[in-house]
Amino acid sequence: MLEHLIPVLAGTLAAATPLIFAGLGELVAERSGVINLGVEGMMLIGAIAGFAAAADSGGGALAGLPAGAVAGALAALVFAVLSLSMAANQAACGLALTIFGIGLSAFIGQHYVSFSLPGLQPLDIPGLVDIPVLGRIFFHQDAVTYLALISFGIVWWVLRKTRLGLILKAVGEAPDAAHAIGYPVIAIRYGATLFGGAMAGMGGAYLSTVYTPLWVQNMVAGRGWIAIALVVFATWNPTRLVLGAWLFGGVTILQFHAQGLGIAVPVQLLAALPYLATVVVLVLISRDKRLLQLNLPASLGKPWLP
Amino acid sequence: MTTIPPPFSSPPPGALRLELTGITKRYPSVVANDGVQLKVAPGEIHAVLGENGAGKSTLMKIIYGAVQADAGQIQWNGREVVIANPSEARRLGIGMVFQHFSLFETLTVVENIALALDEPFDLKRLAERVREVSTRYGLPLDPDRLVHSLSVGERQRVEIVRCLLQEPQLLILDEPTSVLTPQAVQKLFETLRRLAAEGVSILYISHKLHEIQSLCHSATVMRGGKVTGTATPSQETPASLARMMIGRELPVCEVPAYTGEALPVLTVSKLSMIPDDPFGTQLKDIDLEVRRGEILGIAGISGNGQAELLAALSGEAPGRAEAVKLVGLPVGHLDAGKRRKRGLAFVPEERLGRGAVPPMSLADNATLSAHAQGLVKKGFLRPKAAWEFAKTCIQRFDVRCGGPGAAARSLSGGNLQKFIVGREIMQKPIAMVVAQPTWGVDVGAAAFLRQTLIDLSRSGVAILVVSEELEELFEICDRIAVLAEGRLGPAVPKAHTNAEKIGMQMSGLFTSATDREPDHAAA
Repeated sequence: MLEHLIPVLAGTLAAATPLIFAGLGELVAERSGVINLGVEGMMLIGAIAGFAAAADSGGGALAGLPAGAVAGALAALVFAVLSLSMAANQAACGLALTIFGIGLSAFIGQHYVSFSLPGLQPLDIPGLVDIPVLGRIFFHQDAVTYLALISFGIVWWVLRKTRLGLILKAVGEAPDAAHAIGYPVIAIRYGATLFGGAMAGMGGAYLSTVYTPLWVQNMVAGRGWIAIALVVFATWNPTRLVLGAWLFGGVTILQFHAQGLGIAVPVQLLAALPYLATVVVLVLISRDKRLLQLNLPASLGKPWLP
Repeated sequence: MTTIPPPFSSPPPGALRLELTGITKRYPSVVANDGVQLKVAPGEIHAVLGENGAGKSTLMKIIYGAVQADAGQIQWNGREVVIANPSEARRLGIGMVFQHFSLFETLTVVENIALALDEPFDLKRLAERVREVSTRYGLPLDPDRLVHSLSVGERQRVEIVRCLLQEPQLLILDEPTSVLTPQAVQKLFETLRRLAAEGVSILYISHKLHEIQSLCHSATVMRGGKVTGTATPSQETPASLARMMIGRELPVCEVPAYTGEALPVLTVSKLSMIPDDPFGTQLKDIDLEVRRGEILGIAGISGNGQAELLAALSGEAPGRAEAVKLVGLPVGHLDAGKRRKRGLAFVPEERLGRGAVPPMSLADNATLSAHAQGLVKKGFLRPKAAWEFAKTCIQRFDVRCGGPGAAARSLSGGNLQKFIVGREIMQKPIAMVVAQPTWGVDVGAAAFLRQTLIDLSRSGVAILVVSEELEELFEICDRIAVLAEGRLGPAVPKAHTNAEKIGMQMSGLFTSATDREPDHAAA
């Protein structure tokens, strides 16, 4: 039994990695009061940029990830100029960015349809990998999956323990008050939005260069939307976000296995299962209205100009 | 125990702390400050006195660097300075306590304070300093409480302590007592006097004459953006200060006796409500009765259940049918529109956005609540009737505006309030609920509105007024009850109570001892 479970749980971590990247980025942006619905688009742009960089330079995933991050941040910059500097409606700008990302990635991706990349070999952490059971789950992963967990640690620490985290929360809750005591609200929101774009781009690049190292049009397949949902249902708490991402990853891997076992359920239905399961579970655990209200950045989605 | 060194680097001997000359600020439609002069010495408590719209707030924003003057000089400790932004002002040693607090609800006290200080981030050490400074100045505070759980008075303490930790040489307070109980005002004054004795200059913005007389060493009076005079408040009378402030005698309301039969009209019994908003206040067993021909006043600091009570009365938050009765008939389950049809009028606190739709014309705004007055026929609008209705309202209630086509947001607070109250009165209600009738309204319009309400009640309408201004309630009400922590005290005839008794009740002394502000035990 355990021998079957270990690969499932190990696969869960990898399947959750793109969501952890994109979700953490969106979480930081939303903490500052910016809701960017363009995550799906930014992930796609990051995916194709990463794939192109990896394929053309021959550098593989190590060249792909930084390229994905830069491309995602550039996409977020377009969003930021429109919605922050020009105070346009954030929801509309974000949706436009997603549609733009879908189109742009498909257009550039035409040249890469038959390509495939080598991917990344798992990296064993010496010592820790020998821990029974847990070692094979947590410490026999590719390097980017470790990077996602390190990012989680950094974001958690910055939000919880540093002045920067406090400033982010303050700007997201009451931009007028933050401005009154002298913080550059717009600049802080730019920073958070660009960070969100870079993280989404990195998540996309992980998908295209490591997770399934070949280019398929629209390969992000709704994970950007799940990342946005995760942020809300995780009540803007990074720990809950990672747990939610693991849940999504776990159901994804399970349904692959179910497909392999030939269970008589249409494949499409099985493939929809992770999305459904994640949303249902998250809604159930975040029913507490008070918790939601206390953590909701009060100015979320509201354009603000000094 | 760490001690804070005395923060006040003395200016050159004889120099003023702050001197403004010829400060001018023009906005497209109005000159907010016109050649303003102001002099404040070290350790002086200086009042800036004026009505709403006199230019006080603009002047303070210029001193605090939030607004730049078009012309004029600022001298700080004898040296000419340009204050480009608030952090520049703080570096100079200027602190400001805002009228509408600039605090973050979901952060703790110490986190809020840390955000405003330019020093290494160490919440534990800062919490100790907050405790120390707050005890030293008699402003008790728990650094680890979340701000949304604090009373308004406690929030103000957070703002003051936040300023004090920046070791200011000048402290600006903008209408600081509008949210305090009379006892808390005395506490605040003690703190300010102690600060002044240590050399801090204080600019005290207010329109409350007796406070300025008891606290301030000197005063600068403003009207219409100009300085109309300086005075030593202790040598003036309230009447003479008022003349300087509004340019004529302070208007007084006439309160005739009601001769009709005082039948109960609006009755509330055992009204309890748990609010949807997690920051809201729970109403507990509210009982009240408003009779024909009287004005019942509800005193108390906002945030003690006022919003919830008003929503329950207006019908925005319907509940148990029997909880609210109008001439004996249960209406507690009805929505606002149905209650209006039965003769209950409602004037909310927020004029723009709740009492009126800001971009819509006065005629359209009239239609929104007075549609039953023939402004709508068989589901179709009758714009001419609405126009006439708005025109009558404008004439009858002296609304100064560009006519029925003027957008609601183009009116000043006082004139829009006159229009909204007028609109409700013209629907001939049998009962009326009014929230903060003269909030942000100039003295002339306030007097007109108060007289209008008194006259309306004497014509046989039952009126309930919810207000934070005690003086206003004492001027117009027949009976006063206090709302504190979601409970309503008994309604007492005005003659049998006074500001001090009301103030004690505001602090929740008729409720259980939980969560009471610590400084009232002594009062």
